[in-house]
Amino acid sequence: MAGEEAWGMSESTPILEMRKINKHFPGVKALSDVDFRLFPGEVHAIMGQNGAGKSTLVKVLTGVYKQDSGEMLLEDRPIRPDSPLAAQKLGISTVYQEINLCPNLSVAENIFVGRQPLSLGRIDWGQLNRRAVEALKRLNVSVDVTQMLSSYSIAIQQMVAIVRVLDVSSRILILDEPTSSLDEAEVEQLFKVIRKLRDDGLAILFITHFLDQTYRISDRITILKNGEFVGEYRTETLPKLDLIARMLGKELSEFSFAMAGEDRKKESQKAGQDARSLLAVKDLGLRGAIAPFSLSLDEGDVLGLAGLLGSGRTEMARLIFGIDSANQGEILVKGRKTNIKAPRSAMLAGMGFCSEDRKSEGIFAELTVRENIVLALQGRKGTFRYIPKKKQLEIADELIKSLAIKTPGANNEAGQLSGGNQQKLMLARWLATNPIILILDEPTRGIDVGAKLEIMELILNLSRQGMGVIFISSEFEEVIRCSTRVAVLKDKVKIAELSGEQMSESNIMHTIAGGR
Amino acid sequence: MKARNLPILVTLALFLIMFGGGSLAFIGFFSVQNFLNLFIDNSYLLILAVGMTFVIVSGGIDLSVGSVLALSTMVSSSLLAKSHLSPVLVIPIVLAMGTALGLFMGYLIQTFNLPPFIITLAGLYLARGLCYVVSIDTIAITNEFWKGAAHATVNLIGNNFVSPSVFIAVAVVLAGLFVMRYTRFGRNVYAIGGNEQSAVLMGLPVNHTKIAIYALSGFCSALAGIVFTFYTLSGYALHGKGMELDAIATVVIGGTLLTGGVGNLLGTVLGGLVYGIIQVLIVFQGTLNSWWTRIVIGFLVFVFCLLQRIFETGKSAALARERAKQAPKAQASS
Amino acid sequence: MLAWKRLSRSKIIWPLITLGILMLFNLFFTPNFFRIEMLEGHLFGNLIDILKNGAPIMILAIGLTLVIATHGIDISVGSVVAISAGVVAMLIGGDLAGNPKYPIAFAMGAALVACIAAGMWNGMLVSWIGMQPIIATLILFVAGRGIAMVTTNAMVIWLYAKPFALLGQGYLFGLPFSLYIVAFLLLATYLVTRRTAVGMFIEAVGINPKATRFAGINARGILFWCYAFSGLCAGVSGLVVCSTVMSADGNNAGNLAELDAILAVVLGGTSLNGGRFFLLGSMVGALIIQTLTTTIYAFNVAPEIAQVVKALVVYAVSLLQSETFRARVAGMFARREVAA
Repeated sequence: MAGEEAWGMSESTPILEMRKINKHFPGVKALSDVDFRLFPGEVHAIMGQNGAGKSTLVKVLTGVYKQDSGEMLLEDRPIRPDSPLAAQKLGISTVYQEINLCPNLSVAENIFVGRQPLSLGRIDWGQLNRRAVEALKRLNVSVDVTQMLSSYSIAIQQMVAIVRVLDVSSRILILDEPTSSLDEAEVEQLFKVIRKLRDDGLAILFITHFLDQTYRISDRITILKNGEFVGEYRTETLPKLDLIARMLGKELSEFSFAMAGEDRKKESQKAGQDARSLLAVKDLGLRGAIAPFSLSLDEGDVLGLAGLLGSGRTEMARLIFGIDSANQGEILVKGRKTNIKAPRSAMLAGMGFCSEDRKSEGIFAELTVRENIVLALQGRKGTFRYIPKKKQLEIADELIKSLAIKTPGANNEAGQLSGGNQQKLMLARWLATNPIILILDEPTRGIDVGAKLEIMELILNLSRQGMGVIFISSEFEEVIRCSTRVAVLKDKVKIAELSGEQMSESNIMHTIAGGR
Repeated sequence: MKARNLPILVTLALFLIMFGGGSLAFIGFFSVQNFLNLFIDNSYLLILAVGMTFVIVSGGIDLSVGSVLALSTMVSSSLLAKSHLSPVLVIPIVLAMGTALGLFMGYLIQTFNLPPFIITLAGLYLARGLCYVVSIDTIAITNEFWKGAAHATVNLIGNNFVSPSVFIAVAVVLAGLFVMRYTRFGRNVYAIGGNEQSAVLMGLPVNHTKIAIYALSGFCSALAGIVFTFYTLSGYALHGKGMELDAIATVVIGGTLLTGGVGNLLGTVLGGLVYGIIQVLIVFQGTLNSWWTRIVIGFLVFVFCLLQRIFETGKSAALARERAKQAPKAQASS
Repeated sequence: MLAWKRLSRSKIIWPLITLGILMLFNLFFTPNFFRIEMLEGHLFGNLIDILKNGAPIMILAIGLTLVIATHGIDISVGSVVAISAGVVAMLIGGDLAGNPKYPIAFAMGAALVACIAAGMWNGMLVSWIGMQPIIATLILFVAGRGIAMVTTNAMVIWLYAKPFALLGQGYLFGLPFSLYIVAFLLLATYLVTRRTAVGMFIEAVGINPKATRFAGINARGILFWCYAFSGLCAGVSGLVVCSTVMSADGNNAGNLAELDAILAVVLGGTSLNGGRFFLLGSMVGALIIQTLTTTIYAFNVAPEIAQVVKALVVYAVSLLQSETFRARVAGMFARREVAA
């Protein structure tokens, strides 16, 4: 194998081998001579930045794309699936990130729809439900299978999806970002299932953005970069920092952000004397969403919100920005009590908010980059005080330059930009309005490591210019590096606020683990 | 489970209240025959609504049903009166024609990813225009079999009777119920309505199913057209004008979500009964002109859509609460 | 060359080509199709007729373009046309001497107010209650015609008040008066949408309503006013229709007009999925529909059969707009080349 630390002779032979796979799209070489092996009884993670070719490789394997050249061997026999269905028939089962089930059907039916047991030409519901219960029991899941799927948590739905794709003939299970919308408990629940399946001898291909999870679950890692094969490693022989460096193709010393963390702690200690208060929240709460909380944000502050998924971070941000309306408490902006009942009033008070769900709550894919940028500013000025096109272009060009947004031009459609650049575009939209407070919900999620660094650096710069920033991220490391203070949340309650030397990953984790 | 049946219960309650209210207010309103008349007078609407329920549950819409009904009255009367074909041939020809029209529209919608609204709208024009190609004028049907079907009655208990059309409608409803509940095709319709993309990725035959749904709706429209001629004994290009909306209203009042994925043929039958009883009430009332039916139907559609909205928002709120509770529970169980 | 490239990428080119082909067909096959005569200072001819008869649909299409751009639809406009005609006819009255019961301006104003109210009702259901547009407007679609019939007591009211005939039958500077109404509405709508931020906000709502709200824009307000405006347009259209035939027939006024108007918008390049909208395209779309009808009349085909041709055109245009279809055709040609 081509990897420098290629894992020598294996104790078993691979069930799947992909050799010298090439695939190009008009203008892009998506995969060049990529090798990939999958062993039975192992969890194998494919790692790489966005654009590294992970999803293209998987799509070749599952028959969504056809490779230009290269061969695939399943148990030493060449295969060429031409559709996901054909791949499924070969024993290659895939569970996608967006759970591809029908929310309006029962759990049992979701497992069997399309191949329901028949008797006398009609669907045998009794048998169907019994078999669903048995299949779920194999994964140690017990739920009422006659309930509609939509009445269960995402984790349960994920497992139903797994049960659906697995059947006796399944030999390979592909999990594409299965954990991206699960909370910690749910992730662990899912991992238990994955380990069980692995121990049963299934070969599992696992794709994720979460480094920690890769180390928790995988036995083997293949790294891709720019469509090229970098190497294949045993997980335990590959230190985390090496993995990042190989994904980036950079030397470790190039991580400018590694230093930033130190600076922040000093700044954090300096601050607090003469800074003006930008935002003060008192006992703001919404029953069922988040327990009443208070917080304050001064000029130049970056308040990190740390907590597990579902801990109430997003709910907190939505309440402050007026997306949901609080049923108690008050908000003071620059010391003045402000009635925030909709995003519009929050914006007029000088706030900006980048949602965690870029696609459905942020970007207007069919509008131009220019329009995406000036939209909030125009909203702020009012519908009838139109910003002339020329002025719009100026504003857009300036922000494209200062944020280094990669786009062919301001008049190109925003949907064509990569994830990281779309994230920057949302930032640009709010920066155009010149806000005093910026709320960023997971601005670094789902984008490649390079873009992550740029965004974090941007946050630091903005706060140095006096902006108050509320920063939400699932990666505690990032929260610490950017923030002057960190609010810790657990189970919809704000349980602590850390600053200065207290800010560390282990401290946050201990705080969360320690309870309220 | 119970929540799922709530819209149907509301429709049922509505029907009972209307029937009860009418019985108290008007002498001669309350009778078994009056109840049976609802079926007799609306059997073609029920047949249309069965096809429409399939379409709407799959997340689509079929605006062509009223016109296809008219076309099938034209073709059957023309074949009977002008070509003097036997009913044994006429009926299959007309049914095949309706199915073919639906098949054609379904093919366009599915294969070329075109909006059902536009394609079936064009189908509405097409079928209505084809009526005039057959004839501009009314064609009377004098065929003995048809006359027999038009005038025949079947006695039920006591002196109460129904027309043969009712049996056709009931058979269609029963067949529809079976297909929706007990066949893979029927379940695929629900799956497509719930999430079409998922259905594709689950390996369901989405293409064939969707085309078949429109073909089925075309078949129902043609059958409804034949049944319609049992009432009118004529073919006329303006028959069934606006009936696509009556069918849609019936389905919606029956608790089927226009967003697709949720719906039930029993609800549709109740919707048809509610639709029928409004007309009867207005006739009994006497002073209101028949156009009030439209206003009342519009109002009912409004009330039902409002209920569905409240139901939906209530459900998503409940779901959020449920999720909050479930997370720790799931942990414990694993 | 560059201009052509820009043009071929712009959405208006397809409807224009369609219209061009229709015109070309008429040039060869319809005698005198392009002849325009001057009679008593008025212009007459097929082309003028197309513009004149197309006016009600063009007016409807202006309002619908905005509604469809928000990823909505308003299928109630035909019924609202009937309401408009019904209200104005009731208020003017069927006095044979032509003396209006109430001043004509008042009657027209009242009809428009009723129609704006109808539009606001739709807007309220869509924006505040959050109903799907097709369902929300289905309600008035069903009930509206009933309201119109109840208003006129289910009778056809004939009008004899001469001044009212100006809207639909009158001429100004040689051209039908209704064209000035279309031009005025079109220009006003263009200015309001494109010389303010209204257009961009409408497109934003159509593409991503949630993100619009999150960007601090009053998305509900935009939706609401689009439907209200569509109601207004339907009202104006109803006045023109009523004035053209000098009668209000609640059963037939505006019948199937919603379908024509929606078709016009779609033919004009505005997607039913919302987003970018093209007011001029919608006008061209309306002209396509009207030209088609006129062409068929010119061939002495029964007017009702025109619907068949209309349907076939819709299928053809829908197919041309379908990417799947274009890809398939392209694939067919590519294969043939390989074979050759």
